[in-house]
Amino acid sequence: MLHVENLTASIGGTQILKGLDLAIGEGEVHAVMGPNGSGKSTLAHALAGREGYELSGRVTLDGADLLDLEPEERAAAGLFMGFQYPVEIPGVNNMYFLRTALNSVRKARGDDEISARDFLGLAREALELVEMKQDFLNRAVNAGFSGGEKKRNEILQMAIMQPRLAVLDETDSGLDIDALRIIASGINSLRGPERSMIVITHYQRLLDYLKPDFVHVLVDGRIVESGDHTLATHLEDHGYADFVNHDLDDVPDRSLSGAAS
Amino acid sequence: MTDQRLELEQLAEAGYEYGFTTDLDTDIAPPGLDEGTIRLISAKKNEPDWLLEWRLKALAAWQAMEEPDWAKLEIDPIDYQSISYWAAPKPKPQLESMDEVDPEIREMFDKLGIPLHEQKMLSNVAVDAIVDSVSVTTTFKETLAEAGVIFCSFSEAVNDHPDLVREHLGSVVPVRDNYFAALNSAVFSDGSFCYIPAGVRCPMELSTYFRINSQNTGQFERTLIVAEEGSHVSYLEGCTAPMRDENQLHAAVVELVAKDRAEIKYSTVQNWYPGDENGVGGIYNFVTKRGRAHTDAKISWTQVETGSAITWKYPSVILQGDRSVGEFYSVALSSKRQQADTGTKMVHIGADTTSTIISKGISAGRGQNTYRGLVKTMRSAENARNYTQCDSLLLGKDCGANTIPYIEVKNPTAQVEHEASTSTVGEDQLYYCRQRGMSEEDAMSMIVNGFCREVFDELPMEFAVEAQRLLSVSLEGSVG
Repeated sequence: MLHVENLTASIGGTQILKGLDLAIGEGEVHAVMGPNGSGKSTLAHALAGREGYELSGRVTLDGADLLDLEPEERAAAGLFMGFQYPVEIPGVNNMYFLRTALNSVRKARGDDEISARDFLGLAREALELVEMKQDFLNRAVNAGFSGGEKKRNEILQMAIMQPRLAVLDETDSGLDIDALRIIASGINSLRGPERSMIVITHYQRLLDYLKPDFVHVLVDGRIVESGDHTLATHLEDHGYADFVNHDLDDVPDRSLSGAAS
Repeated sequence: MTDQRLELEQLAEAGYEYGFTTDLDTDIAPPGLDEGTIRLISAKKNEPDWLLEWRLKALAAWQAMEEPDWAKLEIDPIDYQSISYWAAPKPKPQLESMDEVDPEIREMFDKLGIPLHEQKMLSNVAVDAIVDSVSVTTTFKETLAEAGVIFCSFSEAVNDHPDLVREHLGSVVPVRDNYFAALNSAVFSDGSFCYIPAGVRCPMELSTYFRINSQNTGQFERTLIVAEEGSHVSYLEGCTAPMRDENQLHAAVVELVAKDRAEIKYSTVQNWYPGDENGVGGIYNFVTKRGRAHTDAKISWTQVETGSAITWKYPSVILQGDRSVGEFYSVALSSKRQQADTGTKMVHIGADTTSTIISKGISAGRGQNTYRGLVKTMRSAENARNYTQCDSLLLGKDCGANTIPYIEVKNPTAQVEHEASTSTVGEDQLYYCRQRGMSEEDAMSMIVNGFCREVFDELPMEFAVEAQRLLSVSLEGSVG
């Protein structure tokens, strides 16, 4: 459903993504790992449409040329991004924000606005998913939220937006053990045959819960290794040393059961 | 990044949707201001001698005063002799009833979304409609009279309730208070008068709607609200004007008297024509608004200022009685070439008096927005308390925001708090909203409305919706 071909991204003359290829099928969960500065967040923002990057290559989501679309059009096409640093919007009620967001994409798809009653039902289910109380919706968007609450709010939004493709950028960073469990089980219950996910993370812990279908290692703007979830275990044990400062040819042979490389 | 900045600025530029003119047959005085002008206005209105004398005294005071230049405003010199000080729509002969409003005026107010026909009014609001200098109609008079509430044009009040007017006129804003108040006192043509008897809770919102229509005229209205002991009233004013290339002068005075335990809530949605992107045209808005709060009384000013080329306005409260309360909630938007120098004065005289000031300034385009506020606690004001919060939001790089607080504390038991912040609408906020599917314009409008939330929450419900819409329209631009 998502095809990324030879994607490059530069910012202020510095190239960050250097020809990235990625194919994601229906319902698949792909983890992207990699050292700091390897281009993981840039990949997420390039997909979501953040301004300020010079891009080349081709990205299609369900056949639609993603790079030609504005961020809001990509959202309407079914792309959702979970932000590493969710943004605070003081004075704007969380519930109002969510309803406006949902109705915006519905309108763009030619659907009717959701009724207040149906929305409330949807919001209640989403709240349960992230184990938050009703008052969570009555606070201003992310304003004064703790780090954990902000991340839970991202998952809550994903539950409401029901995207085709979720790109979760370090949704597990800065979480304590309980919050991580809640976030992971939230993500797991939102998995389905019609929803694919790209999970960007530094840590094995989240992947222990999620058991992604594929794990990719992103180094210096390219995917240098792909495998199943055992690749993540290898990384946890050995770090990225095997992949950093080597040409691709120098990657040592490792026995990786089911690796797709 | 530069593109994004540009778009932000374009978002702030907007069309003015009330810029039409209505072709009314108007009775207009020749330009110029001298004793003869005052006598003409007074004669046109059949005023009693005491009022004419009051006006003449004000004119003499004004002539001896200097135009103030302390505000952070750049204004072309105003030629007070080139302005006409009297303009009134000529009433058309009516077949059915003399009280009927001229259909053209009614149409004008329909266009503005202000129905003057009582049966058409959905909300529980009585309206006094003022065109140029004269009140054209007041709705729901009978309903209000049943509660003992007087709500009428200022001219009618001078005729029908002369004692009430004479007692309170100039009691809060004296003739010599300032240059523009003196000018208004000399030439004011009409306005609204409102009297709430002791213990009465006014059964509906009262509203005055001001419309400047004629060319080369100034508008000088006067509003006087007297709330007797233990009474309660909520009052709203709205204003619009046609788009014209010249600057038009609006110098109003509003006086509020809240007797013991009375409460007055005064809300303004000001949308005078702001002029165009190059600073051509627009209303010069010089307004003096002040209330006097007696023992246990409360006066609350809420304003949403989106219009006018120049805004010079400091709605104030004299906290005279013990335990009296003053509040000021303000949203001021300056875009295009608009300049606003606005704020409040809270003068604490009584003991245990409290005041709250929440000011939200939004600058866009090449707009300049200055908050100027005075908090003063007199020696008698034991345990006075003030809390002030001034937030400025900048949209774009060619606009400016200033916060100028004056604090004078003469009683050591007073507590005065001042907080100020300046922020911009972040590109990351817009991106976040857009990633969730909202258009850039919707996102901008949502973020700015969020910034103003604390003030909008103070507006009566129907006007809060109106204010949000107005702000969105004022921010709408050519994006998308």
